[in-house]
Amino acid sequence: MHYQTESWGSYIPATTMTVGGDPLERIERLASESAVVIFSMSTCCMCHAIKRLFCGMGVNPTVHELDEDPIRGKDMEKALMRLLGNSSTAAVLPVVFIGGKLVGSMDRVMASHISGTLVPLLKDAGALWL
Amino acid sequence: MSSSSTQFATSRQMGIYEPFRQVSMWKDTFGGDNLSYTGASTIGEVDAKLENKFELVSHESVQPSGNDEEGNKSSDKAQRRLAQNREAARKSRLRKKAYVQQLETSRLKLAQLEQELERSRKQGLYVGSPLGTSHVGFSGTVNSGIMAFEMEYGHWVEEQHKQNCELRNALQAHAADIQLRMLVESALNHYYSLFRMKADAAKADVFYLVSGIWRTSAERFFLWIGGFRPSELLTVLLPQIEPLTDQQVLDVGNLQHSSQQAEDALSQGIDKLQQSLAHTMAADPMSGDTYGSQMAAAVEKLDELESFVSQADHLREQTLRRMSSILTTHQAARGLLALGEYFRRLRALSSLWAARPCEPV
Repeated sequence: MHYQTESWGSYIPATTMTVGGDPLERIERLASESAVVIFSMSTCCMCHAIKRLFCGMGVNPTVHELDEDPIRGKDMEKALMRLLGNSSTAAVLPVVFIGGKLVGSMDRVMASHISGTLVPLLKDAGALWL
Repeated sequence: MSSSSTQFATSRQMGIYEPFRQVSMWKDTFGGDNLSYTGASTIGEVDAKLENKFELVSHESVQPSGNDEEGNKSSDKAQRRLAQNREAARKSRLRKKAYVQQLETSRLKLAQLEQELERSRKQGLYVGSPLGTSHVGFSGTVNSGIMAFEMEYGHWVEEQHKQNCELRNALQAHAADIQLRMLVESALNHYYSLFRMKADAAKADVFYLVSGIWRTSAERFFLWIGGFRPSELLTVLLPQIEPLTDQQVLDVGNLQHSSQQAEDALSQGIDKLQQSLAHTMAADPMSGDTYGSQMAAAVEKLDELESFVSQADHLREQTLRRMSSILTTHQAARGLLALGEYFRRLRALSSLWAARPCEPV
């Protein structure tokens, strides 16, 4: 999924412009730093499950625990919520990026794995060999 | 009185007491506990009927007592006595037959009542019975959500059975693929509709769903996060869908692998949730002011449980969808028949188990 930060930038309210730039930019930057990036919460059990899923597949994901970032964590969580199109306040995390592209939450990852599209995606991103 | 009257008294005694002896024999044969159920009012009626007939016999025996004086009449008497005995014996046999039939029907009725009682007892927990109110209080809306689910699920099982029969008939009749396709689609959609029902029930009370109390006992034994394991599904299906093409073998193998991995991941997530909840509940009992925040944290964890149930059902649905896309129509039909039959047998096993003869307490 390719998104243009300029147009996104016009939708981000000024109040979220904290130190380090706008949260969406930060998310995008972090997402492109590794093959598999998971935005998580250290206390969240579904996040734990998704980490176990990737580790069980032999993938070594980069995990960002948003609750361990007191300044930017909340904003990033809200930004992710908007990105996913979540209107409800229900848990948005974990959110997975593969090869810098947004894959989604737990249900998207599982659906992708069952349908057999996850493994090729991981291979393309260089997260899996063989 | 003369000897004949004594003899007559004996036969009269025989006439009265024989049925009594027979009744007590019947009671022993068919189990004393059967007679203690108040629900079997028909047995009480039978007892009353038998008593009336005993009185009849005694009346009949009493009447001719004045006429036994001469020898001629005594042989007539003997004849009449024998005839009366035969008559009494015949009536006794008829009564025994009626009694046995009443016992049999009462036993069947009893088994049915016990099943109904078990089901309504489960519902009773939500209908504000004395037992129910002692548990954590449920709001009115929660009760109705669960009760609605129970009813809907009952219908779902019936419909499932019907669809399975249709599948079986179609396969036996070597129906065309078009017909099979329709049946396969209905069967799959039927499973998907169950997942939607469960989602509503989870909102009403996730613990209820996860306890599996809405399922039969044998099904409960296999329960994994509120339903069947996707890997279990594949185990049931695979023997029924052979032969497979090479590509199918590959795809099915991948599906087994990926569904197992997803299952394991969710299991580990649930374990972590249990640990986390236990940890929250086990916090320092001495500090009274953290009780509120403890409970608040615990309630948040319960929301997570709902999302796990949702993910588990999602996994079940995805596995079914993927499987149906790998298989041909005919294979899918056989597979779904096997799956439906599997669950039906588990339910039958549960009924057998519930109806097994118990040791008297």
